[in-house]
Amino acid sequence: MRLTNHGRLIAKNRPVHFTFNGKRMRGYRGDTLASALLANDQILLGRSFKYHRPRGLVASGAEEPNALVELGRGDRQEPNHRVTQVELIDGLVARSQNHWPSLEFDVGVINSKLSRFLPAGFYYKTFIQPRAFWKHVYEPIIRKSAGLGAAPETADDHSYEHFNITVDVLVIGGGISGLAATLAAARAGARVLLVEQTAAWGGRATVDQPRIDGQDAQDWIDDTLAALATMPNVTLRNRTQGAGVYDHGYALCNEQLTDHLTQSDGPRQRLWRVRAGQIITATGAIERPLSFAYNDVPGVLMASALRDYVVNYGVAVGERTVLVTNNDDAYRTAIALVDAGLSVPAVLDARAVAGGELVERARARGIRVETGKAIAAVQGGKRVTGVRVCDQVGDGTVTEEIACDCVAMSGGWSPVVHLWSHCGGKLIWDDTQAMFRPDPNRPPLGADGAGFVRAAGTANGHLYTAESVADGFAAGKQAARALGFDKKVGAVPQGDCAVEDPMEPVWLMPANASYDKRAKMWLDYQNDVKVTDVQLAAQEGFESVEHAKRYTTLGMATDQGKLSNINGLATLAASLDKAIPEVGTTTFRPPYTPLPLAAITGVARDHLFQPVRKTPIYDWHDDNGADFEPVGQWRRPYAYPRGSETVHDAVMREVTNTRENVGLLDASTLGKLIVKGPDAGKFLDMMYTNMMSNLAVGKCRYGLMCSENGFLIDDGVVARIDDDTWLCHTTTGGADRIHAHMEDWLQCEWWDWQVYVANVTEQYAQFAVVGPKARRLLQTIGGMTLTKDALPFMQWTEGRLGDFDARVFRISFSGELSYEVAVPASQGPAFWDALLAAGEPLGVMPYGTEALHIMRAEKGFIMIGDETDGTVIPQDLNLHWAISKKKTDFLGKRGQLRDHMQDPGRWKLVGLETLDGSVLADGAYAPEDGANANGQRRVQGRVTSTYHSPTLGRGIAMGLVRNGPNRMGEVITFTKEGGGTQDARIVDPVFYDKDGEKQNV
Amino acid sequence: MSERVSALRNRETGGSVQVRDAGLRGMITLRGDLSNGKLASVVKSVTGLKLPACNGVVQDGDTGIAWMSPDELLVMVAYDDVPEALDKIAKALSGQHHLAVNVSDARSVMLLQGSFVREVVAKLAPVDLHPDVWQPGQIIRSRLGQVAAAFWLVDEATVQVICFRSVADYAFDLLAASAKAGPVGHFARGT
Amino acid sequence: MLILNCPYCGRDVDETDLHAGGEAHLKRFGPGSSDDEFEHYLFMRENPKGVHFERWRHVYGCGKWFLAARNTATLQVYGTYSAQTTEPPQHILDAIKEAQA
Repeated sequence: MRLTNHGRLIAKNRPVHFTFNGKRMRGYRGDTLASALLANDQILLGRSFKYHRPRGLVASGAEEPNALVELGRGDRQEPNHRVTQVELIDGLVARSQNHWPSLEFDVGVINSKLSRFLPAGFYYKTFIQPRAFWKHVYEPIIRKSAGLGAAPETADDHSYEHFNITVDVLVIGGGISGLAATLAAARAGARVLLVEQTAAWGGRATVDQPRIDGQDAQDWIDDTLAALATMPNVTLRNRTQGAGVYDHGYALCNEQLTDHLTQSDGPRQRLWRVRAGQIITATGAIERPLSFAYNDVPGVLMASALRDYVVNYGVAVGERTVLVTNNDDAYRTAIALVDAGLSVPAVLDARAVAGGELVERARARGIRVETGKAIAAVQGGKRVTGVRVCDQVGDGTVTEEIACDCVAMSGGWSPVVHLWSHCGGKLIWDDTQAMFRPDPNRPPLGADGAGFVRAAGTANGHLYTAESVADGFAAGKQAARALGFDKKVGAVPQGDCAVEDPMEPVWLMPANASYDKRAKMWLDYQNDVKVTDVQLAAQEGFESVEHAKRYTTLGMATDQGKLSNINGLATLAASLDKAIPEVGTTTFRPPYTPLPLAAITGVARDHLFQPVRKTPIYDWHDDNGADFEPVGQWRRPYAYPRGSETVHDAVMREVTNTRENVGLLDASTLGKLIVKGPDAGKFLDMMYTNMMSNLAVGKCRYGLMCSENGFLIDDGVVARIDDDTWLCHTTTGGADRIHAHMEDWLQCEWWDWQVYVANVTEQYAQFAVVGPKARRLLQTIGGMTLTKDALPFMQWTEGRLGDFDARVFRISFSGELSYEVAVPASQGPAFWDALLAAGEPLGVMPYGTEALHIMRAEKGFIMIGDETDGTVIPQDLNLHWAISKKKTDFLGKRGQLRDHMQDPGRWKLVGLETLDGSVLADGAYAPEDGANANGQRRVQGRVTSTYHSPTLGRGIAMGLVRNGPNRMGEVITFTKEGGGTQDARIVDPVFYDKDGEKQNV
Repeated sequence: MSERVSALRNRETGGSVQVRDAGLRGMITLRGDLSNGKLASVVKSVTGLKLPACNGVVQDGDTGIAWMSPDELLVMVAYDDVPEALDKIAKALSGQHHLAVNVSDARSVMLLQGSFVREVVAKLAPVDLHPDVWQPGQIIRSRLGQVAAAFWLVDEATVQVICFRSVADYAFDLLAASAKAGPVGHFARGT
Repeated sequence: MLILNCPYCGRDVDETDLHAGGEAHLKRFGPGSSDDEFEHYLFMRENPKGVHFERWRHVYGCGKWFLAARNTATLQVYGTYSAQTTEPPQHILDAIKEAQA
C-alpha cells in the first residue's frame, strides 16, 4: 500500500514495471523490490525451507531471511536474491521459490502439520538406519528437498572483475559513524576507501533524522559526502559490500555495478581485493525479533524495517499495526506510522515501566501504550488478522484480542560484529544493552602484533547518535594515527537525539509460555527452527553452541542467522541454565552475505580460466589437426590424425613412419637450464646422481636427479657448453620445478658456491628429427656437417643449419638415429616449415607425445611420472650405471642408504609381455595370495607403462615387480579393467634393438 | 635470414586503453655482482645508460636496464644487437663470475597505452599501483592473473609488460579483457 | 593473507606471490650421518603454536629465498631476514623478546 507524501528515496514521476510470479506490477525508481512488492500489497513472498509455511518480509536489509526470489530468465536467471537488496528496474522478472505447485497453494505445507514428527535432528535420527538405504533411498529424498532456488541451467554471460588496491584505512559502512571515521582519517592524511553496501549513504540516520552539528542528519551527511568528494585521498563506493576481513589487513569488498541499470556494458560486479593498514567496521546494528507464538505469520515485521518502508519508500504493510517492544527505539515506528496517517491500536511494551522521551511523544500522539504486556499469539494464516494479548509475566492467559493487519516487533539491537570477528576479533557481553559487542582489548591482530580492526558507531555498541558519530570520528582518527598520519582532524561531530530508557531483555514472550506456544515461536524463519527445537537440542546433550547450531540448523540458512542467532543463543543459555556469555557465539565466517562464485572467479573463466602455455609452433599444430594433451600447463600434440583416421591409428602410423623413415617432434617444452660458474661442476655433481663435472666440452650425458629422500625427481641430458657452463635439460614438467630446486640449494645451503642458473627453456624452439633418414633430412637443409664422425652419438655442436642459428644435440629417446635441434624461438615456425619441406621426399611426418612414449617404451627408457611416482629410487629402475660410486655426496645418496631402500624385496623395473599379445591395463596391479596388515589383498607389482607396439605388433609394458629382475620368464597375473585377469611374462624391458645399433649409425 | 616472429605476432587491440605487441626486443639476463664497476661500465657501454637502483628501470628507446634482483639485471638492446652485446659483456667480465644469456626469444613484450593503464594492471596484479607508490622508473615483478610478469610505467599513460613467451597470448588476453571492461575510476582521483 | 617484506627487494609481498618452504635453519646431514641424524634432518619438523622460523621464496618477484620469524598463532611477523644464515640474527631475536615482554 503506497502512502501519499512519503518516500524520500522514490521518484514518483518515474514509474517502473516489473513482474512477480508472472503478475505485472508497478513501482517507482528508487524502490527496492521489497518496497515495490509491499506497495502492490504482495505480502506473501515465499515458503519456509522445512515446513513450507507462508513467509513475508521481516526486514529491510541484508538480514532478511524470508523474501528470497529468483531473478531473471534464461542466461541471467539467479536464485536466492533478497528482495530487500534488489533495486527495482524496468522489466525486472522475479519469481518466488521453494513451493509446489504455487506460492498460494503449496502441498509441502503438509510438513507443518507433521512438525511433531520433524523435530530437531530429524535428518540425523531418521536417515541413519538401515545403512544400505543411504545411497539410493535417502540421498535422493534429501537431495529433492534440499536447496531453495533452482540453479541456473546455462552459464552466466556477464563479466566480472577484480581490482587490487592498497589503502591506509578501509572503512566499511557508510552510515554516520563510517562517514565520520572517513572524515577524520582522511583529514589526518591517510588514503581511505569507504564502502557502503546499499545505494544510499547515511544508514539509519536518514530514516530517524537525529541532529548532528546542529543540522538535520541528512544535511550533515550531504555536507560530509561533499567534503569527502573533494579530497583526493578518499574513494567512496556505494553498492559495495565489505564481505570479509582476513589476516594482515586483507579484505574483500564486492561492488555491484550493473544490476540497478536497465542497460549497461562492462562487468556486473567488481571484487575489490584490499590491503589495508587499518580497517574500521562501521557496520551498524540489526534489530532482533521477539519470540512469541506465530511470530512468523506474514505481516509480522521488524519495527525498524516497517519504519524504513514508510519513510524511505512511502509504503505500509497494513492499516492497523500493533507494536510489540522491549525498548524505546521501537516507538519511533509507532510515531512514524501515526504521522503517516496509519493506525496503531496499541503498543505492547514488555517492560513494567516505560517513560522515555519517545514513549512520551507516542503517548502525546494519543497512542495507547500498554506496559508489562506481550503477544500471546498472532492470529491469521497467510496474513496477520490480529493479536491475542497477555501479560509478559505469566503463562500467556489472554487478556484481550486486538484486530490488526500488521505487527511490528522489536527485541532490541545487536551490533553487526561479523567483520570484526572474521579475523579473530573477540566479543564481550554488554549486560545493560543485552548485546555482544566488540571487545576493544581483543581486536584482530596484524603483522605488527597490534590490532588492525576497529569497530565504530552502532557496530561498536553505541546505539545513540551522539556516541555513535563521535565513536566513528575517534576510530578514524586513531586508525590514521596508528599508521603515523598526524595532521589535524578538526572537531568531533556533535550528535543529538532523544534520550531513551534502558531496554529490558525479553527472550521468551510471555515469560512462562507453555510448550504449545514455544513450539510456534520461530527463531530461524528460513530454516524453521523454533524455540522448542533449541530446547530439545539442549536436552539431548548438544550443549555447545556449535553443536546445537548444527543439530537444529539454527543460523545455517542463507541469511546465516543475522536475525536469529542471538535469540537462539539466549534460548540455549536459558535451557542450560547458563548466562548468555557462557554459551558464547558461533563462529562468524566470511562472506557477510553470499558472494556469487563468478565474483570470486573474476576474469578467470573460459579461455582465461588458466594459462595455456604454447610452444613457438602451437599454431601449426592447431592448424594441422593436432589432438592436444595437457602436460602441466603446456598443450602438446598427442598425435596428428589425418582425414578419417582414429587417434590410435594416427599414433601407430607415426611410430612406424618414424622407425622406417623420419619423424619430427616438437620438443620445445623440455626444460633448459644454463648452469654457469667456477663451482658449477661441483654443484651439478651434487644435483645429479652421476658425475657431470668430468663431462667433456661438446659432449652430452644422461643424468638423474633425486630428492634428499633418494627418490627420483627428474632426468634429462646434460651438455657441457664450455669450461664453466653446462646446459641441463629437464622434463617438460620439470623446468620451473628443477630451476627452483637449484636456486633453493644455491641460496639456502651452498651460498658460498659461485654458480648462477638461468632458465632458458622458452628461448628455443627445439625439434627432434628422428629416424633412419634423419641425417639425410638435415643434410638437405645444409650448413653444418652432421656425419657420424663430425657429430657422434651423445655430442652436440652449433652453427648454421640452412638459414638458421642452430644448436644440434645427437641424442635419442627413441632408439633411432636422432638429432635434437634448437633454434631461437622466433625462428621456430620457419625452421619447422624448412624441416617439413626438406623431409617431404623422405616421407617425413610429425609425431606426437604418444608415439614418443611408445618408442621410448620399446627401448625400455623410463619416463619420470610413469615409472616414478615419488617413491621410486634409481636402483629400482636398474639405473645403477647412472649412480656414481666415486662421489662422496650427492642429493639422495644418504637417503638411498636407508634400510628400506636397500631391501632386496623392493619392486623393480621389468618388461611385461602378455601371453596373448594383448595390452595390459594401465596401472594394473599383480595380486598375490594372502592379505596385508590392513586386511587388504597383497600385491607384488604394478604396470607403469603399457602400449600396443606397432613395431612388434603386440602389447608391451613396463612394470615394477617385487624382486622382478630375478624372476625373468615367470608368468604373473594382473587385474584387468572391469574385472578379470591377464597373465603376463616377466621379460627384459628393452624390447627393441637391444644393442642400440640403430641410434649409433 | 630466416623469418622471425614474436610470440604475439603483432597482435593489438583498440579501445581507450590499447594493448599491443611491442615486437622482438633484444634482452639479456645478466647475473653477477651489481656493485662491480666493470659490470656497470660494460652495461653502460652496451646501453648508454647508468645502472638503476633496486626495483628501478631505465630506458631510452630500444635500450634499457631493469633491476630484476640483487644479482640480476635485464639488459635491453635492439634485437639484432644482442650477439655483439654478449661479446662485449663476455670480454669485459672475463675471469669474473657472471652469467649473461640471450633471453630475447624467451620473453614477450607488450605495451599498454591509454587513459587508465594503472587500473588495467591493478585488476590483475596483487600490488600497490597508487601514483604515490608506483611511478615511471620503477619496475614491479609480480603476477598478471596466474603468470609471472614484470611491468613498469614508461609515462603516466604507457605501461610496458614483459612475460614469458609461452604465456604471451594468455597475458595479452587478460590485459585486453581488463582494458575492455573499462576504468574503475579509482586512481584517476589520486593523480 | 600473509603479507611479508622481502628483505632482498624491500617490497611488501602478498602470500600469493610467495612460495612457502617450511622450517628454516635445518642442518643438512649427508653420507656418513647416523640414521637418527638423517631421520631428524629429513622428517622431523617443528610445528609450534607460537614463534616459528620459516623459509619463503619471493617466487613471482625477485626470486630470492628469505627467512621469516612469525607467530603461527597470532600471525605476528617479528621480521624477515637473509636466507644466508644458520641461525636467526640478533635483531630478530630482540624483536621476538620485545613482543613477548
